[in-house]
Amino acid sequence: MSTKCKWVLRLGCIAAAAVCILIGIWRGECAVILQKAVKICLECIGIG
Amino acid sequence: MSRMHRDRLTTHASDDRNSAGDGAQNHAQSRQKEMRRHERFRLLIQLLAAAFFNGYAAGFLKGKIFTGKTKLLCVPVLNCYACPGALGSCPIGAMQAVAGGRHRVSFYVLGTLMLFGTVCGRLLCGFLCPFGMIQDLLYRIPLPKLKIPRRTDKILRYLKYAVLVIFVLLMPVLTAGPLGGGDPWFCKYVCPAGTLEGGIPLLLKNETLRQSAGFLFSWKCAVLIAVLLGAVLISRCFCRYLCPLGAVYALFNRFALYQMQLDSARCIGCAKCDAACPMALDVRKELTGGECIRCGRCKAACPADAIGSGFQTGKIQNQTKSQS
Repeated sequence: MSTKCKWVLRLGCIAAAAVCILIGIWRGECAVILQKAVKICLECIGIG
Repeated sequence: MSRMHRDRLTTHASDDRNSAGDGAQNHAQSRQKEMRRHERFRLLIQLLAAAFFNGYAAGFLKGKIFTGKTKLLCVPVLNCYACPGALGSCPIGAMQAVAGGRHRVSFYVLGTLMLFGTVCGRLLCGFLCPFGMIQDLLYRIPLPKLKIPRRTDKILRYLKYAVLVIFVLLMPVLTAGPLGGGDPWFCKYVCPAGTLEGGIPLLLKNETLRQSAGFLFSWKCAVLIAVLLGAVLISRCFCRYLCPLGAVYALFNRFALYQMQLDSARCIGCAKCDAACPMALDVRKELTGGECIRCGRCKAACPADAIGSGFQTGKIQNQTKSQS
């Protein structure tokens, strides 16, 4: 992979990441994650 | 040639051989020293990262989890948000939480992973992941080690992509109803980090949870024991074959800002890098691929200083040791 190609991918990914994060925040995904994370996740600990 | 002259020549040759031998021995010792120093440094970073991601110490004493707002942020490593000390969310758990709900795909987690992956790649696996650190420590237990045949190893490495697609991306969506409610399949049936960091500490402290534990908990403990035993016998066994987060970062590793580079002109082909690699890679061929966790052991082991690493903001600063 050439250096130029790598830089195009890097910048493209960083820009896409920023857009995705903003869309996620706008859709209220953070609230879903917070709601799940502040309660004991019974599936994660193996209770079900 | 007089006898005295011959004796003198023999003595000189033997001195040369001795000094060459001493030089090689000193060089090998200095390499070992360098490797030990590097591993101590890496362990320190791993411990600090584990303490930072699980900084709510009171949670371990009370058997409760942290409920602050920082949990809406994803940490860049596999660190269960049900761990009593966890201050942030596990990106794999968060992705399934959203996927099992109304939205199906989490752009927020996807974006966060893309950002971490593009900047660091699998450097996060090598230096920051607490579960990676546990595996590194387990592999130090002096027991006979398993060597997986190269071909089998290569095939098994694709398993983690299957785990990512089936357990993390597909099943939570397929099992969800129109209003959500899908199970986080990876967390529920596979994740050994959740059992170790969340399940066991919480059950030890919480009587109600202990009474609720049934077959699923036994299954998860069995998976955990298998993975931990695997880690004793095979270096970074979970990272190599099962970790879905490692699979995500592997996609970015080739072009991530943090890179490792081999200077072929300096390489003497001694294969000490291969012997040092915890991921059992053919370092000279696979250093820039998706499987390298950027732990830097190969760089510390290289007697010719042929391996360089760093954030690629221009040209990688190679062979810092020999330049200094």
